[in-house]
Amino acid sequence: MTKLNDYDKAVETYEPVLGLETHIELDTNTKMFCGCSTAFGAEPNTQTCPVCLALPGALPVANRAAIEATIKIGLALNCHIAEWTRFARKNYFYPDMPKNFQTSQYEEPLCENGYVDVVVDGKEYRVEIERVHLEEDTGKTLHVGGATGRIHGATESLVDYNRAGIPLVEIVTKPVPGTGALAPEVAKAYTAELRDIVRSLGVSDVRMEQGSLRCDVNLSLNLPGEEWGTRTETKNVNSLRSVERAVRYEVRRQSALLDAGERIFQETRHFQETTGETRAGRSKEEATDYRYFPEPDLAVMEPSREWVEELRATLPELPRKRRERLQAEWSLGDKEMQSVVNADAVDLIQATVDAGTTPSGAVKWWLGELSRRANESGEELAALAITPKQVAELQGMVDDGRLNDKLARQVIDGVLAGEGDPADVAAKRGLEVVSDTGALEAAVEEAIAANPAVADKIRGGTHAAAGVLIGAVMKATKGQADAGTVRQIILDKLS
Amino acid sequence: MSRIIDKTAAELAADIREGRLTSVEVTTAFLERIEAVDGTIKAFLHVDREGALATAAEVDAAVSAGQELGPLAGVPIAVKDVVVTKGLPTTAASKILEGWIPPYDATITERIKAAKMPILGKTNMDEFAMGSSTEYSAFGKTLNPWDTGRIPGGSGGGSAAAVAAKMAPLAIGTDTGGSIRQPGAVTGTFGAKPTYGSNSRYGLIAFSSSLDTPGPVSRNALDGALLHEVISGYDPRDSTAIDAPVPPVVAAAKAGATGDLSGVKLGIVKEFAEGVGAAEPGVIAAYEAGVEQLVKLGAELIEVSCPSFNYALPTYYLIAPSEASSNLARYDGVRYGLRSGDDGRHSLEEVMSLTREAGFGPEVKRRIILGTYALSAGYVDAFYGKAQLVRTLIKQDFEKAFESVDAIISPTTPFIAFKFGERTGDPYQMYLADLYTIPTNLYGGPGVSVPVGLSEGMPVGLQVMGPVMGDDITYRVAAALESTQDTLLADTAPEIEGN
Repeated sequence: MTKLNDYDKAVETYEPVLGLETHIELDTNTKMFCGCSTAFGAEPNTQTCPVCLALPGALPVANRAAIEATIKIGLALNCHIAEWTRFARKNYFYPDMPKNFQTSQYEEPLCENGYVDVVVDGKEYRVEIERVHLEEDTGKTLHVGGATGRIHGATESLVDYNRAGIPLVEIVTKPVPGTGALAPEVAKAYTAELRDIVRSLGVSDVRMEQGSLRCDVNLSLNLPGEEWGTRTETKNVNSLRSVERAVRYEVRRQSALLDAGERIFQETRHFQETTGETRAGRSKEEATDYRYFPEPDLAVMEPSREWVEELRATLPELPRKRRERLQAEWSLGDKEMQSVVNADAVDLIQATVDAGTTPSGAVKWWLGELSRRANESGEELAALAITPKQVAELQGMVDDGRLNDKLARQVIDGVLAGEGDPADVAAKRGLEVVSDTGALEAAVEEAIAANPAVADKIRGGTHAAAGVLIGAVMKATKGQADAGTVRQIILDKLS
Repeated sequence: MSRIIDKTAAELAADIREGRLTSVEVTTAFLERIEAVDGTIKAFLHVDREGALATAAEVDAAVSAGQELGPLAGVPIAVKDVVVTKGLPTTAASKILEGWIPPYDATITERIKAAKMPILGKTNMDEFAMGSSTEYSAFGKTLNPWDTGRIPGGSGGGSAAAVAAKMAPLAIGTDTGGSIRQPGAVTGTFGAKPTYGSNSRYGLIAFSSSLDTPGPVSRNALDGALLHEVISGYDPRDSTAIDAPVPPVVAAAKAGATGDLSGVKLGIVKEFAEGVGAAEPGVIAAYEAGVEQLVKLGAELIEVSCPSFNYALPTYYLIAPSEASSNLARYDGVRYGLRSGDDGRHSLEEVMSLTREAGFGPEVKRRIILGTYALSAGYVDAFYGKAQLVRTLIKQDFEKAFESVDAIISPTTPFIAFKFGERTGDPYQMYLADLYTIPTNLYGGPGVSVPVGLSEGMPVGLQVMGPVMGDDITYRVAAALESTQDTLLADTAPEIEGN
């Protein structure tokens, strides 16, 4: 059983140093070194050719669109774009890697020395970028016949090379010290910011759940004033929430080991989505020697300064600028906007506003009821089974008086359960506000008859007493009446 | 001579174009020759009679229809088994690729097909083009038509022997350290390694990516030039291809054939004579007689110093195996070719190991081990890194030399064809065969080998090296040397005893 320290106690004693490596699949039409399609979800091995299957004699040719996309990412991350850069071979055997080497970059990456600023708890942190380089993805191996889907116990291993050769950008930060107890939040904020930057560039769909953005989290601990500790590298961290959990877990695990006088091994660990733990993989000390050397099959790249400036001129409004603009447009305070950002709801709210609702209506649902539900189910907000368009429709029904907030929450239940759009759910579940005044008047008459003393009070001018009658009417209509309308009918009848 | 197989490719092309011979007649003559003597020589790993005759028939139909045809249309050709041919077995003479039928064509295969040249078959070679004798083929050795007790050179011994034994008028070779030129020299044929990047490597099974160059094998310089122009030129599928016009090698070969070299400055490398090892006396004698002829034609000799050439052999034997160790990693039994040990009792990793153990021969394994070592952590700077630095020095030596000379000449190889088994016991003795050819590969420029004479009754070659994209001068000098010979050396080979 792994010993874990209490998190707060751990960060009182130790200072964490973060490091993040992010892989992003570019959404170019064709693969990195051949003309095969990159579309997701095709039949296995239908998007392959001699090059990406590494047939004898086949040669790679670099995809210019992928190089452009990588330069754009580098520029958006404030990097220097290399004047002279080349690919390198990373040699190791693995069946889903057709050449048994990955064409990557080694000592001469395309982009270097940038930074990303993120704000956590009102404080700005600068995460420095060491390098941004271009490489190719591997295929996927499927182990069949065993109970677990893992290689152990499998009777056959099947390989799908559709993904082999899809352009992959790797973004590596420099070590990030000084985040203290906020290390998990800074790691998450950086990943979210990186994702938003790349999305704004339109070069990847950066969907963590589809694997088009994948994170490795490095973490070490040291005592204040002492040298940085030995780091672990946690792979397979594939959601923003997991980034935060992985950092938190490693802080707790490593601090317990250090407290016990044990040493931290430099090793690769794997994040377990279900339990939130990290588990040891192979040790880096006995890791493969990749025998990097410059790729002789590909020409050296020398991006001209004119080309780089042309690409810089095409950069769109970046997320930070956009947030400042939206905050003003939505009339939100700093704290409220920070909550929106922390909830990863900027795009969702923007889309909801675009679908025709007011900013305040959109903020109310996404930060309120929907955030609460996402927390309950441990999902990302964006992963909830409700779209911004549906939220806009819901708020529209509230604005029209067809739903009140209580009914609206029941409609959300239905939408999340897959029963359809809000209007369909309301109709199927009979959740519309009763707007038939005849029916309401009858219910009011009944309430007056049942509560003569209250009716007298109202007649005497004590309008506050109307609440009792409203409650009775709401009860009779199972909450489907509009409280304002009911109040008006009562006052009309009793004055 | 009257036989079809005695004609040069240029003569055959003209005969076919002008209706004196049909391509089917020509192709059939070479197929019959293969049938008659290849049982002895064993130059071919695979003969495609049907495919060759089909192409020949197409050409004949085109001639009858009065269609415009390419310069070598209808002239049959043999292709080294390292070049990928769609639908035809391609093994690189390795067990690991036995039975593999490529689903695509190499660029040069496409160009041969577009030129309407019937492909006779695939020729034997040292496995993955690693060797200088063709003794390292997994499918048996090829014999030298001049003396069947001797090697035909390597790695392209099959292509050279096929042309020398008149089983094909032309062949494709590939040259990483001398694999076209050295077999040419020891079989009395012409062979050219073009400028690196001027001939596409797409579909050429890689040995050492930064060195491999496909090129022509023929009986004389003009035939070689005609084939050179068919296969050369920019290819967008090869990232290292040079996007520039092909040097005018046919015109240069014709100019050389007039026998005029006045004003041409030929460099003699000082270090070749006094450095790591001189050629054997018989080779030097034949070579020097040839040099005398070149001087008579008007060439001026200038001594050039290329001190880094002394390190060319060790440099090559770090760079080429390093690249090979990575290029050959793909042969793992997962996707194609041999698979060993897949019996449910071995792990994936074990199947890969067993496949490579069973599929690769001893020289290939030696070079994979050498290259893996040279690239490994802690050694890469001292070995691979240092070799790259020396490679730069070798390039600089060439560039400096070409400031004062038009071409550099040398013997092609230090010794005549050796006897089978003579050098397999000591890899270094085998590697010495490429002593004079390797610098050109490391530099990237062109080099040709042209027959210059005999030593102990065996052919000797003279090498002409040119500057990058200066292939034309190498053809001009070679053709000029041929013009001094009453008969082509290739025509004086002893008759081969049939099967």
